[in-house]
Amino acid sequence: MAQLNTSSSSKGDKKVRSKKMNPSVDLTAMVDLAFLLITFFMLTTSLNKPQSMELTMPDKMKDEIPVPPQEAKESKTMTILIGKDRQLKYYMGLLSNPWGGVGPTDTTYGKEGIRPVILQKIAQLKAQGMEGKDGVVVLIKATEDATYKDMIDILDEMSITGVQIYAIQDMTDAEKELMQ
Amino acid sequence: MAKMKKHSMSTDMTAMCDVSFLLLTFFVLTSTAKQPEVHPVDLPASTKETKIPTEDIITLTVGDDSVFVGIAGKEDRKDILKRVGSQYNIEFTESELNAFSELEEFGTDIRELKALLAKSPGDRMKTENHKGIPYKDSLNNQLSAWVKSARESSWQRKEQFIKVAIKGDAEEEFGTIKEVIDILQKQRQNRFYLVTGLRNDDF
Repeated sequence: MAQLNTSSSSKGDKKVRSKKMNPSVDLTAMVDLAFLLITFFMLTTSLNKPQSMELTMPDKMKDEIPVPPQEAKESKTMTILIGKDRQLKYYMGLLSNPWGGVGPTDTTYGKEGIRPVILQKIAQLKAQGMEGKDGVVVLIKATEDATYKDMIDILDEMSITGVQIYAIQDMTDAEKELMQ
Repeated sequence: MAKMKKHSMSTDMTAMCDVSFLLLTFFVLTSTAKQPEVHPVDLPASTKETKIPTEDIITLTVGDDSVFVGIAGKEDRKDILKRVGSQYNIEFTESELNAFSELEEFGTDIRELKALLAKSPGDRMKTENHKGIPYKDSLNNQLSAWVKSARESSWQRKEQFIKVAIKGDAEEEFGTIKEVIDILQKQRQNRFYLVTGLRNDDF
């Protein structure tokens, strides 16, 4: 039966068989889709990873051998005060006796505000041969109601301007009064 | 007119398709799924680009006046839970330890943790089960207990210092962050990573 079938079909189907078959499928749409997905995955994986900022705080514990507190010259010290609603003030030296007459001054965040002040201070000290670890000492003090973002903005400013010595400290009462 | 030659405009896409799917598979497999968060926070932006370590790290998420803890590594989680449990005289069973090892992040009072672990895996990550870890009361400072146990666990098992990351919400009051930092400093944990997002606007 099978033999009969094949022999008859081979004769009759000759014309149909000769028809050229095109086996290739159009893959354009599939490639488009694949590349779209690749782009998506590439962008999301690299953007997803959060950055971080390393912060080292001075040890608060009372040591057996007390470390003498670091003496910072008035001329090298700059204090940045952060208050609520993005208030920002700075002064040089001591609050009661500001160095160079630069008492608490209002300023803003970013390149138009605090950054030139810090850079100017760095340049001023550099002219006297004090730079890097001997350069400016920045004390950062924030009120309780300042936001975390403000603190990060100032810490970021430290890394942008390249200040090497900076510390986060508690506010004194006089400074709290000032930031009201 | 001359005889027009029939040009086939279609190129063979097979190889291109192969390559693109290979790449796609690679990216899908290498990318890690975003960790589920019990309390999503809006990260402040910075220009620093230090990558955060993925191993031996305890992440403290601070938002809305509450603190949530995330511990990396399943074995670490089990060990740390055992330690904290023994401190509060709570014995956890093996199945509870296993359930806890699947928990990426949590913010539950240790005394309510058993009830949380008894829930189905889908319900465990729900926000209403995570009210934050008690840290304001100095007699019941569970945040301090978690950090302390994590540090002991890492040191005794691997001789490594655990890293601490603080993931604060941008609008969180600095007072809350400071309180958390003070708790860490009481244990002489003076170094930490502040998790930030990438700043892309002109600062």
